[in-house]
Amino acid sequence: MSPASQAKDAPLLEVKDLQIEFKTEGGVFRAVDGVSFSVRRGATLGVVGESGCGKSVSSLGIMGLIPTPPGRYAGGEVLFEGRDLLKMSAKDRRGLRGGRMGMIFQEPMTSLNPVYTIGDQIIESLRAHRRVNHKEARERAVELLDLVRLPSPSKRVDDFPHQLSGGQRQRVMIALALANDPELLIADEPTTALDVTIQAQILDLMRDLSDRTGAAIMLITHDLGVVAETCDEVVVMYAGRVVERASARDLFQAPMHPYTLGLMAAVPRLDEKGSRLETIPGSVPPPWAMPKGCRFASRCPLATQQCRAEQPPLRAIDGDRLVACWRAPIEEIAA
Amino acid sequence: MLRTIIDRLLLSIPVLLGVLLFGFLLLQLVPGDPARVVAGPTATPEIVAQIRQEMGLDRPVLVQFWAYLERMAQGDMGRSMISNKTVTSELGAAVGPTVELMLASLVWSVPIGIAMGTAAAVLRGSLADRVVMGLSVAGVSLPIFFISLLLIQYLGVVWPIFPFIGRPGPWYTPEGFMALFLPALSLGLILIGPVARMTRSSVLEVLKLDHVRTARAKGLSEIRVVLKHGLRNALIPVITLIGLQAGYLLGGAVVTETIFSWPGLGRLVVGAILSSDFTVAQGAVLLFALGFITINLIIDILYSILDPRVRK
Repeated sequence: MSPASQAKDAPLLEVKDLQIEFKTEGGVFRAVDGVSFSVRRGATLGVVGESGCGKSVSSLGIMGLIPTPPGRYAGGEVLFEGRDLLKMSAKDRRGLRGGRMGMIFQEPMTSLNPVYTIGDQIIESLRAHRRVNHKEARERAVELLDLVRLPSPSKRVDDFPHQLSGGQRQRVMIALALANDPELLIADEPTTALDVTIQAQILDLMRDLSDRTGAAIMLITHDLGVVAETCDEVVVMYAGRVVERASARDLFQAPMHPYTLGLMAAVPRLDEKGSRLETIPGSVPPPWAMPKGCRFASRCPLATQQCRAEQPPLRAIDGDRLVACWRAPIEEIAA
Repeated sequence: MLRTIIDRLLLSIPVLLGVLLFGFLLLQLVPGDPARVVAGPTATPEIVAQIRQEMGLDRPVLVQFWAYLERMAQGDMGRSMISNKTVTSELGAAVGPTVELMLASLVWSVPIGIAMGTAAAVLRGSLADRVVMGLSVAGVSLPIFFISLLLIQYLGVVWPIFPFIGRPGPWYTPEGFMALFLPALSLGLILIGPVARMTRSSVLEVLKLDHVRTARAKGLSEIRVVLKHGLRNALIPVITLIGLQAGYLLGGAVVTETIFSWPGLGRLVVGAILSSDFTVAQGAVLLFALGFITINLIIDILYSILDPRVRK
């Protein structure tokens, strides 16, 4: 294999054993505790988990948007094309942010600055990363707004955010994130705050744009339906750790971690009308009282003495599937 | 924008009418007989009665009010009961120095206060932050007469750099400019504290907002994030505060004007009240109200410049 093709096969983003801590009045707690995953070029990775599992913190950590203090990178590496972002100078990192890495946030209503026009905000991003004059940047901004299918973009470019609906603002956010042709697009629950009909449109748009531009997407969500529809690979997180990593197809066909299984059972299905939805008993342990063993043990029907005593490592089962469970694979036991 | 201005102007009409009524009632309610004040302590009852008739004080209150409105509409506020000059000319002579002093103290203290507050917010918890906040507490707590006296002592007497008595001319003359220095310095020192505090808390508030995170995600430099996406959005409460402070300064920085023998409104009004010069006091009340209305109008216009959501 030639070095060039090796580089091509190497993941675009590789997160290795990332640890992020927050200092609070109640002490230091680790929101992300040894998380590892990778995103291939042009692929879509889904990161799933309940709120508070560390998925948003991980994504902000990759972008370098964790306020420090109170946050702190306690260890690990974030390799973007082989270069460790955590060791880069602040200036180099800023060059990547909004340039080769774009981000879309959960709250379209508040993510744009209310006092500048949407055009100004896109132009600002363009001019932060390329040598273009105002006129060229403005033309490109109109193009981008057209790309995200905002109606009459040449007029709306001068609108202020409050003149747009939530869905339109999220389109503007996508235009902003795509402004400098990023190779990686991180989307943190991009559709959670939107109406269901708009959700589908925004997801379609993202998928379509990623196909066209070849950008890889890291999609953070708690919605398994969204994952099933859009993602190539999936990382399931629980209480700051990765509990399962697999291709989307494998994951939905045969979830291996009891938590993943529980999540799927909690999704309503049309073909099983009338039966009550499953819930996972108990709740996520609070950060200041993380158990010594498996963090899911207290809610897991299959937990054993070993689960409560020792933390299960993320290990390979069935080739390339990774599961952090002492008892995996669990199909036989569950059956 | 024009719409906003017209709306605000129309809204000020009832306020102005209310103030006119209040100014009129003031004269009705004050203890002491205006006619007797005008006549002087040695006047006979006949003379007092004659003056009362001349001033219209013997007519029904409503008739008096109407006559008062008519006169006001013509810009006639009557004559000072003490100096016998027209109230308009008395006030006119004092407005200039007061506005001059107000602007001179705002023009340097507001930018410094905003800069200090922003720096303190960005460096929150650092030594610089604590120094700025400590200074601003000191600025708020020290009485202005004390600061003024210190300034006079050190910049006027020990090192006689600046004059500190009176106003030899307007600010654009060399003497006037020098004379303005110390009073503007002491008034401005009082303003820096509140402006810095308000800016600090407002900037801290804004820097927590989602759109600032977006600005950072765009890869903008920290300075740009703070100034363009933080400070700009944080200015509204600061502008409100400055407007209020400017209003009080306009109302006459009485103490400062007294200490520096500044011939402004504050001194004029206090003098008028102490000598029961009702017509001057009444005119001053109206003028202050007009001043507040103007300042509020300016603030409203600034709001709509700063925040497009306010625009119609």
